[in-house]
Amino acid sequence: MEKQKKSLASNPIVRAIGVQRLVILIVLVVLYLFFYWRSVPFRRYTTLVQICNFMYYILLMAIGVTFPLITGGNDLSMGTGLICYSVIGSYLIRMYNMPVWAALICTIAMGVLMGTINGVIIAKIEIPPFIMTLSTMMFCRGMGAVLTNNFSGTWPDGSQAGAWFRSIFRIVTPNKTIIPLGMLWMILLVIIMTFILNHTRVGRYIIAIGSNKEALKLSGVNVFKWHVFAYMICGFFTGLAAIAYAGTFSNITPGTGAGFELDAIGSAIIGGTAMTGGSGSVVGTFLGCLLISLLKTGLPFIGLQANWQQIITGGILLAAVTIDMMRNRKRP
Amino acid sequence: MPEVILTMKGIDKSFPGVHALDHVDFEVRKGEVHALMGENGAGKSTLMKVLTGIYTKDSGTITYEGREVTFANPREAQQAGIVIVHQELNMMGHLTVAQNIFIGREPKKGIRIDDNAMNVEATKLFKQLGIEIDPKTTMSELTVAKQQMCEIAKAISHDAKVIIFDEPTAALTDTEIEQLFVIIRDLRAKGYGIVYISHRMDEIKKITDRVSVMRDGQYIGTLITEDCTKEDIINMMVGRVIYEDPKTQSQCPPDAPVVLKVEHLNAGKMVQDVSFELKKGEILGFAGLVGAGRTETCRALFGADPKQGGDIYIEGKKVEIHSPKDAVEHGLSYLSEDRKRYGIVLKKSITENSTLATLKEYTKGLFIDRPKEEKVTQRYVDELRTKTPGIDQLVMNLSGGNQQKVVIAKWLVNDAKIMIFDEPTRGIDVGAKQEIYELMGRLVKEGKSIIMISSEMTEILRMSDRILVMCEGKKTGELDIAEATQENIMNLATRDIDMREGDK
Repeated sequence: MEKQKKSLASNPIVRAIGVQRLVILIVLVVLYLFFYWRSVPFRRYTTLVQICNFMYYILLMAIGVTFPLITGGNDLSMGTGLICYSVIGSYLIRMYNMPVWAALICTIAMGVLMGTINGVIIAKIEIPPFIMTLSTMMFCRGMGAVLTNNFSGTWPDGSQAGAWFRSIFRIVTPNKTIIPLGMLWMILLVIIMTFILNHTRVGRYIIAIGSNKEALKLSGVNVFKWHVFAYMICGFFTGLAAIAYAGTFSNITPGTGAGFELDAIGSAIIGGTAMTGGSGSVVGTFLGCLLISLLKTGLPFIGLQANWQQIITGGILLAAVTIDMMRNRKRP
Repeated sequence: MPEVILTMKGIDKSFPGVHALDHVDFEVRKGEVHALMGENGAGKSTLMKVLTGIYTKDSGTITYEGREVTFANPREAQQAGIVIVHQELNMMGHLTVAQNIFIGREPKKGIRIDDNAMNVEATKLFKQLGIEIDPKTTMSELTVAKQQMCEIAKAISHDAKVIIFDEPTAALTDTEIEQLFVIIRDLRAKGYGIVYISHRMDEIKKITDRVSVMRDGQYIGTLITEDCTKEDIINMMVGRVIYEDPKTQSQCPPDAPVVLKVEHLNAGKMVQDVSFELKKGEILGFAGLVGAGRTETCRALFGADPKQGGDIYIEGKKVEIHSPKDAVEHGLSYLSEDRKRYGIVLKKSITENSTLATLKEYTKGLFIDRPKEEKVTQRYVDELRTKTPGIDQLVMNLSGGNQQKVVIAKWLVNDAKIMIFDEPTRGIDVGAKQEIYELMGRLVKEGKSIIMISSEMTEILRMSDRILVMCEGKKTGELDIAEATQENIMNLATRDIDMREGDK
């Protein structure tokens, strides 16, 4: 028994994936098979498309927020920010006839700007990230509506000019099959961000900030710069999430979006990113987000409505964090 | 005679209210291990912080490799080749050993950090030092000793010429200390200048070539280690004039009943088999250096930390104390050295603080009985002569000494019989100190008993009736005030490892 345990933990494949990620992977498969067994409609191809659709914007935020989380920080402004940027983006198209490509760039730029503001104030004035991003969250909630005069955002759709941008995420074949192309970009982004986190200076210093900021400072590294960078990455991804949201939904109501960020943060935490900073994994975040999205989509198929999703997601989050804490405590 | 690599001359540094360094001289030669000794607060760390640019000096000169230098920050000192291996290690536990060593100057391959090159370099460094550590290990998985060796490797990789060890052995076991010494001797042979800060007398004799002693921010002198005895060093460390009159005789009647008896108290590494008695109306001083286990002993006694064994008798009866609540019920009280963290609620009034521990007795039904509360608070404000415009004053607006009085009032309201004062005058100015001393005197006259932990020798000699000395978690001696001197206390407080092994 003892021997078996040892060989499992030292198995190179297990080591490369990580124990926590492996557990999520197993839970994912079991959960999928469970839904598959209990519900015939769930087995349809469109269910997979639906999971992808619901996943894009949350996953993008989740990848982004992984970085502030690793520094020991947080970003609560993502959800309302996302709505704010995409409402303003659509407003620019409708009212100023801005070409869609320019509006997309503006949307991302707004995200980066907000991330920079968060980062500079958190790193310089040392306002707790929770408070700082809570403020910008409220700010964004109001700002989208104020700037656009309560404009209800609609990005080009159907046969309208500029609707091309929706095919970034899905391609509809002539026989009406939807190909969730977005998933390819997501996997690509996960690979790129994993590389950045583990093999470049940005990533290394972001981890080091979360591990021991003072030690990093004493090593002569410009901590401020990298600390801000973490929030800029998060802002950039929130901008991407705003585009994904605009590309998925037809109507965007200003002032909404509060709570989206919690699904994103939850994904990262389930994926093994420590709230205390210093460690995290983009692949883990990806798997955590898959889990949350699978629950969101799958539970209605077995007759459990939205409220149950919340209850079960909460339970899984608690379980993930508890397991992580227990494992870390055991370490001498 | 080897070449002098670093000279500090006339270094002066003041902080508001404290003259931390008073024209201190210090030098380091190539290929020597130079011990820097002194009591807690003598200025050793301040001197090293001035050297490495953490503090700026008020005056004086630092000459390094023949040039006068001033370092603006630790980074500059590091680049010049002066590094500190800190007592509290500065490492990033989540990163690997190699990543820690090369943080801030990673070798790169395009945009990618070249981790392989880093691991190869680190392996070379460790080979040079003769230690075996896998550079790919995560830092937090190493023992403290190994982490320290990584710090040394990091220092050497910076092309250091002067390495400062700040109490490097505090957290190491005997075998690990031996390993460390092998490395230090090796570095010495290679011509590094090494500064060694430690309290452990036997280590000083074992590893160092010269000893410089500091006292009260002043440079006292330098001895050749081989030619001096432990007593010579101690004399230099404590040879200060005592301004206040020490107690010469115990004020506690010899036939006073024993109120507290502790037998074979054990709690982790810092409290090993400690036994003592406390008499009614007695002040028992706990002397020793910082980290000797005095606070830990009292916290274990008070139930604030778990204990592994030991019997506690109060007024002859065996009692079980598992939590501070139990301790308080048996008439014990503990005044923490860190008042602001454990003793007091700064943003609340004197009244609220005074009755904090006994609020149950000051409530009528659901409500707090304000008049009753105010009456008792006023009584103790008068009795302790707490200087305040009124009892509604927030504690944060009081001076350190008066805050301490509020803490004392809290315990008096609680009718404590045995009071543990942990560094009662830390951070308090001289005048207020005097008042706290008088207050302690009055308390014992009224029949309270006091355990006083203090790192200030003068305070120990002035207040105690009896002195218990600890060193590294063990009681190393007990002295009546009539026989206690600075020298014999310091001797017990720095008892070396060999002697303690012999005691067994």
